[in-house]
Amino acid sequence: MARIVAGVGTSHTPAIGAAVDNGKADQPYWQPLFKGYEPAKQWMAKSAPDVLIMVYNDHVNAFDFKMIPTFALGCAEEFPIADEGWGPRPVPAVKGYPELAAHLIQSLVLDEFDMTIVNEMQVDHGLTVPLTLLFGSPRQWPCRVIPLAVNVVQYPAPTGRRCYQLGQAIRRAVQSWQEDLKVVIFGTGGMSHQIQGPRAGLTNPAFDKAFLDDLSRDPERLTRIPPIEYLREAGAEAIELVMWLMMRGALGPKVEEVYRFYHIPASSTAVGHIILESR
Amino acid sequence: MVADKPYEDIPGTWIFDAARARAGYHLNQFLYTLMKEENRKAFLADERAYLAKFKISEPQREAVLRRDWNRLLELGAVVYALAKLAFTDGRSYQYMASQMTGMSEKEYVDMMLNGGRSPEGWRSKSQRGRQ
Repeated sequence: MARIVAGVGTSHTPAIGAAVDNGKADQPYWQPLFKGYEPAKQWMAKSAPDVLIMVYNDHVNAFDFKMIPTFALGCAEEFPIADEGWGPRPVPAVKGYPELAAHLIQSLVLDEFDMTIVNEMQVDHGLTVPLTLLFGSPRQWPCRVIPLAVNVVQYPAPTGRRCYQLGQAIRRAVQSWQEDLKVVIFGTGGMSHQIQGPRAGLTNPAFDKAFLDDLSRDPERLTRIPPIEYLREAGAEAIELVMWLMMRGALGPKVEEVYRFYHIPASSTAVGHIILESR
Repeated sequence: MVADKPYEDIPGTWIFDAARARAGYHLNQFLYTLMKEENRKAFLADERAYLAKFKISEPQREAVLRRDWNRLLELGAVVYALAKLAFTDGRSYQYMASQMTGMSEKEYVDMMLNGGRSPEGWRSKSQRGRQ
């Protein structure tokens, strides 16, 4: 049986990827951030999952404005790296798992979650920066990745509660796959940040801390946060945090927090990171 | 029925909702083309000629030419698409964000290094008005 053993929450700020790609990771601005992810890299190396389910959002790269799917599951063999406007990141293409992805689609749709099937898709920093943070710069990514792209570009994003419920359905779907696989699910984006308009640069460490605390203590409280509260309290782009709730929903009722890191700034964002093991 | 838009009360912010997405559709599709190197080059070589290929409004066109970032947000550009214009100019995202706030890039970076902008005074237009 396949099992979801852990969840990883992490920001996916593009400047973090650029810092690595341009050899700036040791500079004073970036050094504290990468130091904070060192224990996480060790945890990941020890966990050695077979498959990652990567809940992230596309930033107008795979999807233009012709179609904006709310929940899109990547079912391809391979996902090329997008050119977001400054050339593609120099990281390996991402290998998918079409058989398991097809199973997830069938299971989730019959479980009444209306997924969009994507058979060709480029992936952007939303997916590759978390890989870089947890795996460094290998020649090939060490495991297969199933991308699950969530619309947070055009308002409204799906609610936190809906994402949490979809996470629970993902857990059921994975557990009904016969192969013996160790699966880790990522929720990416956030934490507090606003990257547009005169209010850009907004951060809210108190909001972020409460969110990190309640991922293990009271995730139900988090599912009741309305969209306007993310926007007003934590910044226009903090709505990405609903993706962390999908990750949390996929871990089952009981989790243990095994690592946390929080840092300001990376470009315009507050960076948050948490590892939760399913118990 | 009128859509409920509580987010319109947040100061200094343009939430990219369905109405803005409709107004900005062609503008955003133009920005999307800047994902390709050959398009970035063609745009920089003759911005007006490149823009003429898209059904964007005159105010949108002028705002692109002036790199009037906040005006572009107001006219329906989504910030992730706008980033491609900044990158086409060889600018960083941080530069574009600083321009939106009216700060120099250094002032903006310093604000972030000091922990970022507090939400105090920035939660609602009425609260902002009292500053």
